[in-house]
Amino acid sequence: MPEKPRSFQEIILRLQTYWASKGCAILQPYDMEVGAGTFHPATTLRALGTKPWAAAYVQPSRRPTDGRYGENPNRLQHYYQYQVIIKPSPPDLQELYLGSLEAIGIDASLHDIRFVEDDWESPTLGAWGLGWEVWCDGMEVSQFTYFQQVGGHDCKPVSGELTYGLERLAIYILGVDHVMDMPFNDPQTPIPLTYGDIFKQTEQEYARWNFDVADTAVLLQHFEDAEAECQRILDMPAEDPKKDMKIIMAHPAYDQCIKASHVFNLLDARGVISVTERQAYIGRVRALAKACADAFVQTDAGGAAA
Amino acid sequence: MPDLLIELFSEEIPARMQKRAAEDLQKLVTDGLVEAGLTYAGAAAFSTPRRLTLALDGLTSESKAVREERKGPKVGAPDKAIDGFLRGAGVARDDLEVRDDKKGQVYFAVIEKPGRMAADIVAEVLEKTIRNFPWPKSMRWGEGALKWVRPLHSILCILTDEAGAEVVPLDVDGIVSGNTTRGHRFMTPVAFSVVSFDDYEAKLKRAHVVLRADERAEAIWAEATNQAFALGLEVVEDRGLLAEVAGLVEWPVVLLGRIDDDFLGLPPEVLQTSMKEHQKFFSVKNPKTGRIERFVTVANMETADNGATILAGNQKVLSARLADAKFFWENDLRVAKADAGNGMKPWFDKLRDVTFHNKLGTQAEFINRMAVLAREIAPSIGADPDAAEQAALVAKVDLASEMVYEFPELQGVMGRYYLKAARYSDSVADASRDHYAPLGPSDDVPTAPVSVAVSLAEKIDKLTGFWAIDEKPTGSKDPFALRRAALGVIRLVHSNDFQLSLIGYFEKAFERHLAVPDYDGLPEPDLSDMLDRSIEAKAKLEQAKVDAENMVATAKAASKRFEDMQSIKSADARKTAAVGLISFFHDRLKVFLKDKGIRHDIIDACIAMPGNDDLTLLVKRAEALAATLATDDGENLIQGFKRANNILTQAEEADGVEYSYGAELKYAEEPAEKALFAALDAADAKIAPAMQAEDFSTAMTAMAALRGPIDAFFTDVQVNAESALLRRNRLNLLSRIRNICLSVADLTKIEG
Repeated sequence: MPEKPRSFQEIILRLQTYWASKGCAILQPYDMEVGAGTFHPATTLRALGTKPWAAAYVQPSRRPTDGRYGENPNRLQHYYQYQVIIKPSPPDLQELYLGSLEAIGIDASLHDIRFVEDDWESPTLGAWGLGWEVWCDGMEVSQFTYFQQVGGHDCKPVSGELTYGLERLAIYILGVDHVMDMPFNDPQTPIPLTYGDIFKQTEQEYARWNFDVADTAVLLQHFEDAEAECQRILDMPAEDPKKDMKIIMAHPAYDQCIKASHVFNLLDARGVISVTERQAYIGRVRALAKACADAFVQTDAGGAAA
Repeated sequence: MPDLLIELFSEEIPARMQKRAAEDLQKLVTDGLVEAGLTYAGAAAFSTPRRLTLALDGLTSESKAVREERKGPKVGAPDKAIDGFLRGAGVARDDLEVRDDKKGQVYFAVIEKPGRMAADIVAEVLEKTIRNFPWPKSMRWGEGALKWVRPLHSILCILTDEAGAEVVPLDVDGIVSGNTTRGHRFMTPVAFSVVSFDDYEAKLKRAHVVLRADERAEAIWAEATNQAFALGLEVVEDRGLLAEVAGLVEWPVVLLGRIDDDFLGLPPEVLQTSMKEHQKFFSVKNPKTGRIERFVTVANMETADNGATILAGNQKVLSARLADAKFFWENDLRVAKADAGNGMKPWFDKLRDVTFHNKLGTQAEFINRMAVLAREIAPSIGADPDAAEQAALVAKVDLASEMVYEFPELQGVMGRYYLKAARYSDSVADASRDHYAPLGPSDDVPTAPVSVAVSLAEKIDKLTGFWAIDEKPTGSKDPFALRRAALGVIRLVHSNDFQLSLIGYFEKAFERHLAVPDYDGLPEPDLSDMLDRSIEAKAKLEQAKVDAENMVATAKAASKRFEDMQSIKSADARKTAAVGLISFFHDRLKVFLKDKGIRHDIIDACIAMPGNDDLTLLVKRAEALAATLATDDGENLIQGFKRANNILTQAEEADGVEYSYGAELKYAEEPAEKALFAALDAADAKIAPAMQAEDFSTAMTAMAALRGPIDAFFTDVQVNAESALLRRNRLNLLSRIRNICLSVADLTKIEG
């Protein structure tokens, strides 16, 4: 049993090392604002098609409505998810997952680790899967999902997806009560930094902007623009006249879908979307996600025959 | 006679699906085996989070050979007919035999099914079972196409007889059957082989798996109550939770933990709900204080530190959860206290935006209608009309509170706390908690008049509303639980002995569904400083625009709604609709009274009487009639009544007149005839005032007392006498019998 980690970043580094040792490509976060690690094209798009895939990465995630000005012990509008995606899902995925918990200092012989039914669904991505939330001593530490459908396409083969809520998991492992008090780097170093040193102020700034200041008219326009651009990209003919070859622009189009989704989350936080409109917006983002999925499966990475 | 053992070992099966899955496994496999010609002595199915198990004993070792002859078409019949016959019989044309029949030569198919070994049949049936298993939701995994609730890892399938155990060979998409299984995921994760069910169960227990769900549940309950008892506490019983928790563990370990003092001030319902819903904890109560002070959690692990780490973790999670609950509770209390009896306006306003049903308006509209109805009903049930109206207006405001948003099952319960905090009277606060009741047929029925008024108003408005938009229950479909609502009304009036004529309330309620919602309370557009170009003024103007748009939208929606309410447009239509709704109640009443042992024909006899929209009266009448008919006199009286009625009806039809007046004593000849006159006079004298006073049992006892004189009359007297005068007089006498009996109930509806 390895020693207990001493900082937030050590937990992340150990997860990276562990999943690298299990054969995952360690990717970097996607460079756009997303609500969860699932939105990274390395998950959403790569879960489609027949090509095998194995990747792991940290994904900074934003949920504007969850902002609490840094006051809540574990609610944040910006937080980190650790995401693992393996296609096809290996038969020992549960054991692999439990191995990762051991790697970050959770001794399975002392704790009560349970797989509790939780069916995952993302209405904005047109995706669903079956799996569990994993409990450690009564606390949810991960989501474990076997993808069945993404962007309206059946997943064949099925991808196994693991998502760790890093802050919550780390708070528990490191034994701190408030996320802002959590050591980010090693507390023994000359310049020890807590999570709060890094994020307390930004949580306040973003909470204010998200809830009260973001210009809703501008955001609405961004939504429309992203939606239109996504559609325009996908409407382009597959043949690139300049290169005289087939280039389907699934990823640039998907970027616009991600953008629309995040703008929708911001509008939601500003409280300008009514209950009935909500469904309509979600439907619009889902339509984009589906169109991007349709495009991706026609590409090489999406498993289309060359 | 071998025994069969099957285990399907998978990743964690959702707790709520396990019991049903074990039952389905048993049914599908045993049905399949029996259909294939095997029999068995006994069967039992089991489930844990990771396995479904089926054990059969005394299985026949092979199926008998079967020979079947089928007669087919005539020789020379069209090919189409012959091909169809071949397909049905599963034989080739060359296999057909030609035999002589009465009408010529006919094809015969002889189908021979040889006996098959049990192992072959088991393999076939089990594979089919696995491929067609009725999971509520199933999934694929990896590269496979097989579907199971979660990935299926192994199949154990053995037949055991005196000679030993043998694996039934089976390969389902690469999962090959064997004789091994695994123990507890963490405590004994090794594979081991088994030779029989007893061996299997015993080895599993050594490997920290309790196979039987009921054994796990009993162990949890015994251990939990023991630990609580040692501290002078008691576990709050919750069978549903117990079954669920037993489905989450293979090796239950009960741990009793402490709730942080900070949270002991929360209402016990909040503690209990939060602990149960989020953490699946049992609540542990101090019987002296009535407070919930501890919790019980059930782990799936024995640990070196006796669960100390697990318990500490759970306690920490609970504190975070309860901190949330406390946050909601305090925020809600602040709103409630600030309101201080002012109609709980901040919450009521929120309910203007919440849809009750898109054809019946918002929650706020529903509440306003309820309030008018509660006021109307109040006087007839001894409730103060002002209190009833006020209670109805605030009974549902907690739907807008943070706590009820988080825990919908606390609706009403929280309402009561918040209304008390806002200094409403106890009877108003209680009505919030009680007005949903009764939900189930065995729920307690509210008795406080204000609560009853609100509860009746809630249910009647709902029923009339869905009636108006033609969303009546059909067959097994009752999405708005209207049958339950009607039964609720029946139980409310019956058990409280309240007499209400419902039709009038229904008609008025229908009228209200047609009324345009009032705009009181909608914010007045504030246009005071339109010329001011400040940001605030701009925002106000925006808000005014939004408010105005909302009003227009509401009015449009309302007027559109009314288009769908053709069935209640006119007063006559409303009357018809109300009568229709009453007969829906009568159907419910029949079910209700059937459970009390009252036959449906007795109820029909009473429904046929006037005043049948007063359900309490109707029940009383039915109960009295049932009691009367249960006596010897009553039963025979029915025969006498029927005889009188038959003779009379026939005579009236034959003669074309109605014999309804003027039986005169002076024309009575026989003593039995005279005695009947006297008896009818006596009965009349008792029955009329008793009916007036709605004293049915006196009336019916008096009616039953006619049995003797009526029987004697029919024995001694010939109705169809030679003398026309005597005959007419006697028919008129029968008419008196009929009238007296029918004044009590429509006895023609009584069967037998």
